Amino acid sequence: MLSFIGRRILIAIPTILLISVFVFFMQKLLPGDPVLALAGEDRNPEILAFLREKYRLNDPLYVQYFSWIGKALTGDLGISLRTQQPVLTLIAQKLPVTIQLAVMALAIAIMIGVPAGILSAYRKGTWIDWLANILALSGLSVPNFWLGIMLILLVSVRLGWLPASGYQPFTDDPLQSIRTMLMPAFVLGTGLAAALMRHTRSAMLGVLKSDYVRTARAKGLSEGTVVVKHALRNALVPIVTVVTLLFGELLAGAVLTEQIFTIPGFGKLVVDAVFNRDYAVVQGIVLSTAVAFIAMNILADALYRVLNPRMRDS
Amino acid sequence: MTASAAIVEPEPLAPRRRSRALAHLLQNPVALFGAALVAFFVGVALLAPVLPIPGPAETDWSAVRKPPSAAHWLGTDEIGRDVLSRMIWGAQASLLAGVVSVAIALGLGIPLGVMAGYRRGWTDAVISRVTEALLATPFLILAIALAAFLGPSLRNAMIAIGLSAMPIFIRIARGQTLQVMTEDYVESARAIGLAHGAIVWRYVLPNIFPPLLVQATLTVATAIIAEASLSFLGLGQQPPAPSWGSMLNTAKAFLEQAPWMALWPGIAIFLVVLGFNLLGDGLRDAFDPRES
Repeated sequence: MLSFIGRRILIAIPTILLISVFVFFMQKLLPGDPVLALAGEDRNPEILAFLREKYRLNDPLYVQYFSWIGKALTGDLGISLRTQQPVLTLIAQKLPVTIQLAVMALAIAIMIGVPAGILSAYRKGTWIDWLANILALSGLSVPNFWLGIMLILLVSVRLGWLPASGYQPFTDDPLQSIRTMLMPAFVLGTGLAAALMRHTRSAMLGVLKSDYVRTARAKGLSEGTVVVKHALRNALVPIVTVVTLLFGELLAGAVLTEQIFTIPGFGKLVVDAVFNRDYAVVQGIVLSTAVAFIAMNILADALYRVLNPRMRDS
Repeated sequence: MTASAAIVEPEPLAPRRRSRALAHLLQNPVALFGAALVAFFVGVALLAPVLPIPGPAETDWSAVRKPPSAAHWLGTDEIGRDVLSRMIWGAQASLLAGVVSVAIALGLGIPLGVMAGYRRGWTDAVISRVTEALLATPFLILAIALAAFLGPSLRNAMIAIGLSAMPIFIRIARGQTLQVMTEDYVESARAIGLAHGAIVWRYVLPNIFPPLLVQATLTVATAIIAEASLSFLGLGQQPPAPSWGSMLNTAKAFLEQAPWMALWPGIAIFLVVLGFNLLGDGLRDAFDPRES
């Protein structure tokens, strides 16, 4: 297993380097001069020259790239032009917020998607299957930022049940933290629940037709035991890997969800950095997202091998 | 008669498969419902200039933030513009964004994918590594970063979405080409000395078409949501030109006073995206009934 993971990491290195090249040059082509944005009202040429020198903006692009990637490899993703804080510190500050949102969204998605998928496969062709499919497709088709706006209108403005925005760190007040995150997590989890339902249904349909399920039934086991112990356990293999792979969607979805509910997380950091032309932060975010996504892919493959004994020797 | 002259040019399987798939699709009421939804919105978008509605930028200061009424069926916005009119004109922006983005993704993705699968070797290695790198960045984050670098406008949003959606088409086109290349009819075409271009045009492209069509239909849905997301963030269609995403962006500030401003554009996005998703699912079932 370790050699498998090591091999996958080695294969990932050129991919990460390629991403770093894209990210670096893409941001360098952004319209507008970052130094002007940084200097604000003060357009003193000496200060502008000093800032250009400080951020090495006068060096040739390839020199800037190698200097940037060299530092990035040691964890130094540069300094935010806007807040003057190290990019890694900014990401580290915002990430726990988004992780809490993502974990809650994933929990909601699993609680809705997996049982719905099982039921839909078990009752294939009935109205339950039909309803679950319609709901799943609706979940995939509804823009989550609109769902967020509508929920704010209904749950916060009209009913006053949950706060419309804001964030409370979990460590300060766990209950209030969950209350403020519940609606954003539901919004973020809807699309994932739909995707999970479809994957679970498809995996369960395959398993329910298999010989060992037929054998389990022939042995006279109860339907509950057959479905949960025999079918679901085997169907879980692809489902677990899908959950791992949904990580990218969670991060992308968090961009809009955090924007709507004014949650100071990773997603809001992306949007603020883009609008502030904060090169270093955008570069750092895209690069770290891609690295995390690749790591999750490797984890998904590793999990698949752990859960599926037939894959271990191949 | 020489041996080579005896070889008849192989008949590709694609046309028969296509007509069977079409028959299957026409028997699928859910897919037909999806197609009807798409057709409705396309019709509305095309008819926008001739429909008896006020201009999308026409303001009526005596009817600011008015709820739905006989004069304004879906109400008015914060500066007295007719929401229905802006919705209809906004349909043009949304559908255009969906279709053009996918056209960009297909236009770049198919040639690159086919080239990788057909030529193999280092061409494949380079294209595959670049594709993997692009796929490793979440779609929307890549689109936001690209739209930001290109500058906020509908055109640039379409380019950003198209480029972000391209890698999936490269991957499908490559995989399908690799598969088609092992088929007997391609082997025969090569054996009779047909030029590479002719093999690709006559045998590869028609046979890799079905999965690409399915993916393209589903990606139009994703692209419409992506355009709405970018416009919502202020990176897509710029005011005063209407788009469903930018209408939602404005509506957010008037949620308590004028909730209808947020309601209709969202429903429209949902319905048109649902339409493309149903149609895409139907096409997938039609081309590969085992999946259904």
